[in-house]
Amino acid sequence: MSLFSKFDDMRAIIESLVASGRNPFDMRFERILSATEALLEGRPCLLFGTNNYLGLTFDATCIDATVRAVHEGGTGTTGSRIANGTYCDHALLERRIAEFYGKRSAMIFTTGYQANLGLISTLAGREDHLLIDADSHASIYDACKLSAAQVIRFRHNDPEDLAHRLRRLKDRPGGRIIVTEGIFSMLGDSAPLREIAAVKREMGATLIVDEAHSLGTRGKNGRGVCEDTGIESDVDFVVGTFSKSLGAIGGFAVSDLPDFDLLRIVCRPYMFTASLPPAVVGSVTAALARISTDKSLSARVLSHSGRLYSALAQAGFELGPEPNPIVALKMPDKETAVRFWNRLIDRGIYANLALPPATPASLSLIRCSISAAHTEAQIDRAISIMVAVGRELRVLDPRPAQTPVHLTRSLPI
Amino acid sequence: LSNNATNIEAEIVELLAPRIPAGIHVSAQTQIVGGLGLDSVAILDFIMDVEDRFDISIPLDRVAEVQTIAELSRAIEALKRAAN
Repeated sequence: MSLFSKFDDMRAIIESLVASGRNPFDMRFERILSATEALLEGRPCLLFGTNNYLGLTFDATCIDATVRAVHEGGTGTTGSRIANGTYCDHALLERRIAEFYGKRSAMIFTTGYQANLGLISTLAGREDHLLIDADSHASIYDACKLSAAQVIRFRHNDPEDLAHRLRRLKDRPGGRIIVTEGIFSMLGDSAPLREIAAVKREMGATLIVDEAHSLGTRGKNGRGVCEDTGIESDVDFVVGTFSKSLGAIGGFAVSDLPDFDLLRIVCRPYMFTASLPPAVVGSVTAALARISTDKSLSARVLSHSGRLYSALAQAGFELGPEPNPIVALKMPDKETAVRFWNRLIDRGIYANLALPPATPASLSLIRCSISAAHTEAQIDRAISIMVAVGRELRVLDPRPAQTPVHLTRSLPI
Repeated sequence: LSNNATNIEAEIVELLAPRIPAGIHVSAQTQIVGGLGLDSVAILDFIMDVEDRFDISIPLDRVAEVQTIAELSRAIEALKRAAN
């Protein structure tokens, strides 16, 4: 029996996926042409599975800032901030993030995953209780594993269930820390944060909200669902990522709590890893400046998301509960999802194949992420192809609709 | 087995019935991971049902220690005692 035999089930899954077409975990793009297009299998392909919500990966200002930063600061920091020291630009980016959120302090991490891992596992001690939304991202679950706290799941987006589980703890000692997300990554649904904040106040708990998918896409100033729902003052910590709307890599946490900076000397996923390189710090600082002043990007991604969502709903697809920059198509079963995903690629659309157990409620999904950099013609092309594939695979009624599903100007991608 | 343990196991089986695929027989020795035809998320969702039925909290680290239905039953009994 080999060390790897415990992964035999996974091996069988991959072999079955490959036999059905492609390996969704090993897609290789020959060339990235823009924020929305790439060469895949020798052909141009429209990208609908990138989380590049604001399309800033090819933004000229961000690229210039990256190049300048490399020349000025070198290619890497070669170590952690507690050992090798902080560069001025790390500190500047932290100030800018804190200002963006109107919070007292910010800490940046090397990835968004590490931001959750570090913040949650460090804050929640042995006596404390973590109450996490059942559909939380893997980084939140892994943070819980790393923490010594007692971890309780509450039913997804259900503030009453959260309150019930908090009450069940009665007078047990220790803090209560609620963790949820602004927008959930699989179905693109947003959390009822107003109601969750009310529970937090009533129970005297601490509230952490991960805005990974909502930074730059929701809220008047792009500060996410917390801003959108008017509960920013109730949130003790906002966590986020630089890898989606800000087009790079890295993570952050912001807070008004005066002792927040103590985390820098107790948070191991912050302390024992190399800090972000100058290139990334440069581009993220430029991207943050851009979204702070240019509200058209979030308006555009939301408009595109609404266009895609309403056309697919009108065509008869079963979707996630609301239009957000993530639009998920529910497939009847895994096999259909795999076929659907492969046919989309055959026709030049790359989306994400999401299968259980990575999905809530054992759903099989085609997950699309929408970008401000998409054109309306690209959105319409995706709609047209998804509807055609839906009919071919009988996910939709195979008879053509009486009226066109959407205006579909056929333009080259 | 005490009557109490038998009753708890019966209630667990009742809670599982709508969640598991048809044709799976559940006994006290059934392995929770691998024996119920449920993936890891579905198992955790079932644990929420158990928490609500018995009005207890079962922290995730405790869930990880439990391998069979009988062990889950014993954990429930212990957590109920601790809660009262």
